[in-house]
Amino acid sequence: MRLPVKKTYKLYVGGAFPRSESGRSYEAEGANVARASRKDIRDAVRAAREAFPKWASMTAYNRGQVLYRVAEIMEGRRAQFVELTGDEAEVDAAIDSWVWYAGWADKLTQVLGSSNPVAGPYFNFTFPEPTGVVGVVAPEEPALAGLVAHLAPVIVGGNAVVIVASQKRPLAAVTLSEVLATSDVPGGVVNVLTGKKDELAPVLAAHMDVNALDLSGAEGEWEELERLAADNVKRVVANGDGQSPWHVAAFLELKTVWHPIGV
Amino acid sequence: MTEIEKRQDRSPVPSAFDYAPAPESRDVVALEDRYGLFIGGEWVEPKSGDYQPTISPATEESLAEVAYGGPEDVGLAVESAREAFENGWSDIAPSERAKYLYRIARILQERSREFAVLESLDGGKPIRESRDVDLPLSAAHFFYYAGWADKLEYAFPNRKPKPLGVAGQIIPWNFPLLMLSWKIAPALAAGNTVVLKPAESTPLTALLFCDVVRQAELPPGVVNIVTGDGRAGAELVKDSRVDKVAFTGSTEVGKEIQRAVAGTGKKLTLELGGKAANIIFDDAPLDQAVEGIINGIYFNQGHVCCAGSRLLVQESIYEQVIAKLKRRMGTLRVGDPLDKNTDIGAINSKQQLEKIKELVAAGEEEGAEIFQPPCRLPEKGWWFAPTVFTNVAQSYRIAQEEIFGPVLSVLTFRTPDEAVEKANNTPYGLSAGVWTEKGSRILSMSQRLRAGVIWANTYNRFDPASPFGGYKESGFGREGGRHGLEPYLRFE
Repeated sequence: MRLPVKKTYKLYVGGAFPRSESGRSYEAEGANVARASRKDIRDAVRAAREAFPKWASMTAYNRGQVLYRVAEIMEGRRAQFVELTGDEAEVDAAIDSWVWYAGWADKLTQVLGSSNPVAGPYFNFTFPEPTGVVGVVAPEEPALAGLVAHLAPVIVGGNAVVIVASQKRPLAAVTLSEVLATSDVPGGVVNVLTGKKDELAPVLAAHMDVNALDLSGAEGEWEELERLAADNVKRVVANGDGQSPWHVAAFLELKTVWHPIGV
Repeated sequence: MTEIEKRQDRSPVPSAFDYAPAPESRDVVALEDRYGLFIGGEWVEPKSGDYQPTISPATEESLAEVAYGGPEDVGLAVESAREAFENGWSDIAPSERAKYLYRIARILQERSREFAVLESLDGGKPIRESRDVDLPLSAAHFFYYAGWADKLEYAFPNRKPKPLGVAGQIIPWNFPLLMLSWKIAPALAAGNTVVLKPAESTPLTALLFCDVVRQAELPPGVVNIVTGDGRAGAELVKDSRVDKVAFTGSTEVGKEIQRAVAGTGKKLTLELGGKAANIIFDDAPLDQAVEGIINGIYFNQGHVCCAGSRLLVQESIYEQVIAKLKRRMGTLRVGDPLDKNTDIGAINSKQQLEKIKELVAAGEEEGAEIFQPPCRLPEKGWWFAPTVFTNVAQSYRIAQEEIFGPVLSVLTFRTPDEAVEKANNTPYGLSAGVWTEKGSRILSMSQRLRAGVIWANTYNRFDPASPFGGYKESGFGREGGRHGLEPYLRFE
């Protein structure tokens, strides 16, 4: 009889799979999972900040293809995700969610932007841009579909992400990281941390180089986290809009450009 | 010899032309001795019993006494707004709501001179600006949002837009009536009722606006005005019957407000400070650029959150730009805000003047070189001469902190990359200016500058159809345009 080779579940930071710098782990879903520290959050934010400019300046068409590629690679590992989650419908929803958001990449500007008829000889237009580094506290359940529902809409607009996975069911997040690492998402654009939410979320919320927060998975802790977020005027989403471009828009800035018209 | 006169002696600039005084008449404004609070469509005495004078910054005369609302007063105003929202205003046909707003726009146009003079009297800004900028834009804002009131479902297709309820709005002293318009017009268009707190140093045009509300026959309680200081603002923010908070002002207070609404689920928009870079490339049309620099920093005494307070000049044209700039500064006329020739009026308050002086002193101390053109400042009132600092390092306070006065800090750069890096090297991100004749460079700079408004080959332009608001610590949410409606709506 052959002994199966077990996987070490690690963090996903800057395109690599490090253990927590703290050397800590915790047991979840029958595995020892890395228990990220505040230093891991800081490292992840740094990786995200470094990855942000390139990801943000890729063409929308290109970003759309990368998100679609995530769906393709996930589909190839569908059986593994079904085994992990025990829920076929959840896995399908997660894959389809990537496809749905992939299609938004090159449509956001047209739906969210505008050309503005100002009362003067100026050409004036408004378009969305990514806000920067976004911290996401993922919902506890469903561990996979919930993660994707709060990850895809944030990166499709060009943001980089530090995401704290479901604490009780972190394995889907780590396996999803392996998909991201092999599907043309540049290293650092998505950083996935596992560990104790009440330890990690406040560090993320208070970090001065994080521009926005999705606190959907931080039930009950919103007030304190939102208060911490005010230190650098973060945009905060406490409860997302569900699958929609408006959820994407919550992590976008609107920029308006004026130029005179003349000869 | 005053400090300014000493500087005249070593100035390379010829003395300014003399102009005969051309004061705008004050007759058009009839001031009450004392103003109460405007709650439920009526003037009421404040329960706080507190009245404070509002001072003309150009003469230091007391113009009138104004009520300072206390917690009880704020509560009554919110209650009145709540009642108006629930008993009528939220059910009124949107097309009728539109007509109320059109009425307000028209009345503001009809009474524009009266408002312009009062704005200059109470706030110190030149009549030329209140007449040609603040008033036309205020009326235009109401006219623009009037049209949206019965078209919301086209602005947000498939989203079933609904009003939020009561909006608590706090506005600054730099554009008192215009900021009132930016706040009230979209709030009412979306079907909300409002409680607005004007800035403590500039309450009078908001109080005169109550008379516009009366003339427009707006139902009682739809617009409530509670004058007072920051304590009234704090009460308004924390009142649990307020569904939406909108604030324009300093980043420091904005952060306090964000903390105060944490966990309440109230919708929040913040329009905060700025330290905008105005970037001049060597191929820019220099004379136009210099006009843009002047307008960027000396418009409204520099009391502008999006002021172009950091000038970034490409090294190869540095000497030329500075020479032209200094010459142009010599032609700026500082003085009586009601004089139609005045370019730079009075500093809004004594407190603000102290803050400007403190930062300017820090600039000199840190090693920057100061220039002020010859100009004789009036004896009475609060004034500050147009000022430019050269030899400024990025680390100096005058390059980092918002001065909110007529003080420009000049930095240089060699390459577009360096310009972008320096421009973005600030916690703020409200606006930026780019001057170059090269179209592709304008577009690439516009993409790379992290700010909500980019003026290319122009500066300080505003329009009700144009969304305005910041990145980073300059706040979130947009005012103006279709985007400016969203903060006042919920979606089913």
